[in-house]
Amino acid sequence: MAADIKQLEKKYVGKEVEFRLLRFAPDKDRAPYFQSFRIKLSQGMTVLDALMRIKETQDPTLSYRKSCRMGICGSCAMQVNGFPKLTCQTQVTELNTDKPIEVRPLANFPILRDLVPDLRNFLKAHESIKPYVIREDAEELDHPTGEFYQSPKELEKYLQFAYCIKCGACLAACPTNATDHEFLGPQALAAAYRYVADSRDQGLEQRLEAVDGPNGIFRCHYAGACSEACPKGVDPSLGIQLLKREILKYRVGAAHKKPAPLAVTPKGLKRREGIPLPPEKTVGQ
Amino acid sequence: MRESTLWLFHLLAGAVLLTVLGVHYGVMHLSNLFGIDHATVLSFSSVSGRSGRFFYLVVYLVLLPAALYHGLYGLRSLIFELSFIGLVLRRWISRILILSGSGFLIYGAYAIIAGFLG
Repeated sequence: MAADIKQLEKKYVGKEVEFRLLRFAPDKDRAPYFQSFRIKLSQGMTVLDALMRIKETQDPTLSYRKSCRMGICGSCAMQVNGFPKLTCQTQVTELNTDKPIEVRPLANFPILRDLVPDLRNFLKAHESIKPYVIREDAEELDHPTGEFYQSPKELEKYLQFAYCIKCGACLAACPTNATDHEFLGPQALAAAYRYVADSRDQGLEQRLEAVDGPNGIFRCHYAGACSEACPKGVDPSLGIQLLKREILKYRVGAAHKKPAPLAVTPKGLKRREGIPLPPEKTVGQ
Repeated sequence: MRESTLWLFHLLAGAVLLTVLGVHYGVMHLSNLFGIDHATVLSFSSVSGRSGRFFYLVVYLVLLPAALYHGLYGLRSLIFELSFIGLVLRRWISRILILSGSGFLIYGAYAIIAGFLG
């Protein structure tokens, strides 16, 4: 792999590549249009680097979102050659540079300006599924006396879904979202499963309000494009199918979930020599 | 009604269809397997003879609502997913499908029962 990248870079570094960027300024343009820019590739250049180079050297009015530049914040997701990708993680040499590289804002989102999508409805959908632990013992949540016990096996059930960075790539790839803008979307539904599958949570019933509506989970027909697009390796379509199962179990009265109890500190055990002390308690002081 | 309840009925109707369509296929399309001549199965006397039997009355009365519900719910899903329509229009589409489905159910049940009674 490393040898492949070195070979590619040897071939492409210094080569001039054309980028076709979608431009749209709502205050003066009637419709979006493409504008071409040519830049020389440098070693390790990502699509985001290329956009920054264009903004610095050719057109300072170019708008796009970015923050961490290391695949963590999820700000820089765009359509690169028709596929939703994190531009900070997409090497230009991975793409076919013989043709112009086309960069658009994420599909299925309204455009705010140039490459900036409007994420408000997306974030509203995420908020609607109550993305936090809900418990019947609200007093313990408000004034915690300890930590809830959760085994590694219970953690495994939802861990991959907790890796979501809310970049919106899944929504841009979703065929249901393309025809039904009211659809809750794979991100919100997978996030709902992340909390429903959490052994500390008891909020399934509260989340049904958003999830089990006419634009909710049962509009998903399992195309799986969201899982293909996710840059963090999350499998939202799996989460959606598992959530469907949880909802059906709940509807037929087969969902029995005991909330995770408070973790008990073992007593009477002697610490072995050389083992460092645990960090100070953060709750229940 | 909650979407999950409608979906649950859709799954149950699918399971029922698998069973009763199995009977349908066995009798109508795989007839040679049972040693029955295909032409005989489709003749008027055979069809009316089957309609008069209690077993087929039950099969048809189960098949009709299951097929109608499964098909119309699927059609509703297709319309919702392939059209850019709002919630109000969706409610109207659901009502139209319920009304037309009820109409087909009543008419179909009448035909089945009339066939049984001769």
